[in-house]
Amino acid sequence: MSPTFEELSVGQDIGSRSIDVTRQDLVKYAGASGDFNPIHWNEAFATGVELPGVIAHGMFTMGAAVQLVSDWAGDPAAVVDYQTRFTKPVLVTDTTGTGAAGAVIEVSGAIGALDAEARTARVDLAVVFDGQKVLMKAQALVKVA
Amino acid sequence: MTINPDLQGRSYPAAEVYDVGREKIREFARAVKATHPAHFDVDAAQGLGHRDLVAPPTFAIIIAQRADAQLIEDPEAGIDFSRVVHADQRFTHHRPIFAGDRLVAELHVDGVRAMGGGAMITTRAEIFALTDADGREPVSTTKSSILVRGEGQ
Repeated sequence: MSPTFEELSVGQDIGSRSIDVTRQDLVKYAGASGDFNPIHWNEAFATGVELPGVIAHGMFTMGAAVQLVSDWAGDPAAVVDYQTRFTKPVLVTDTTGTGAAGAVIEVSGAIGALDAEARTARVDLAVVFDGQKVLMKAQALVKVA
Repeated sequence: MTINPDLQGRSYPAAEVYDVGREKIREFARAVKATHPAHFDVDAAQGLGHRDLVAPPTFAIIIAQRADAQLIEDPEAGIDFSRVVHADQRFTHHRPIFAGDRLVAELHVDGVRAMGGGAMITTRAEIFALTDADGREPVSTTKSSILVRGEGQ
């Protein structure tokens, strides 16, 4: 069920989830988005430009994190604004063939602000990898019925 | 390599048309691990009052990054893509993107700021849908900042 504006309050939790990421996921995202920067799929290239290894696309993390909001809102079209800053890379270990995750991203969301006139809720997302926030000021504005 | 400071205020007009297909919406949705039925099932999308499949909230990055490529590949800009880091991103949707949309993007360079030996470049893509009446309807405004790392950064 989609939330209604009257039942929302600032500070309210909208839920959490964890997202398993593999190198194959990054190849899929590269293909789907058209962003083929080799730092997202080639270890030698990534370390050659002084990265600790292959890292996820910032836009993969931003795109995956907002699904919590789409599902909570009941309609992805209700997300009318979404922004973030990228502060830390998500390092994805090569686990090809093992079925294990190469990285796990933890996402949780809470209502940060409500606008009664516009009937919008601002959802603030906490997106954490390896104990550190990888997105800052990750905020989604949701139109609520 | 130095970033050309005259880039600020430059615009790149809408070039190619991006046709939004159902399978592309499904492929992108899977790639960001979205499971909402409005991305996959036309009946589910229509049940929510939409005319066709709804694109995920960050789908517009495909169109925005194609527009950005005009700047990054502009030899006058002086940008080394291998030293580019995505610093921030924002999507403002004037309406959702649907399968069947025909989109164009105008790119504006809103800011160029020297940082160390590199530069922070802020761009804005204004994305429009072409309408039957040869018009343009605003769909999304995307803003992104990229940091072009200088030597040793």
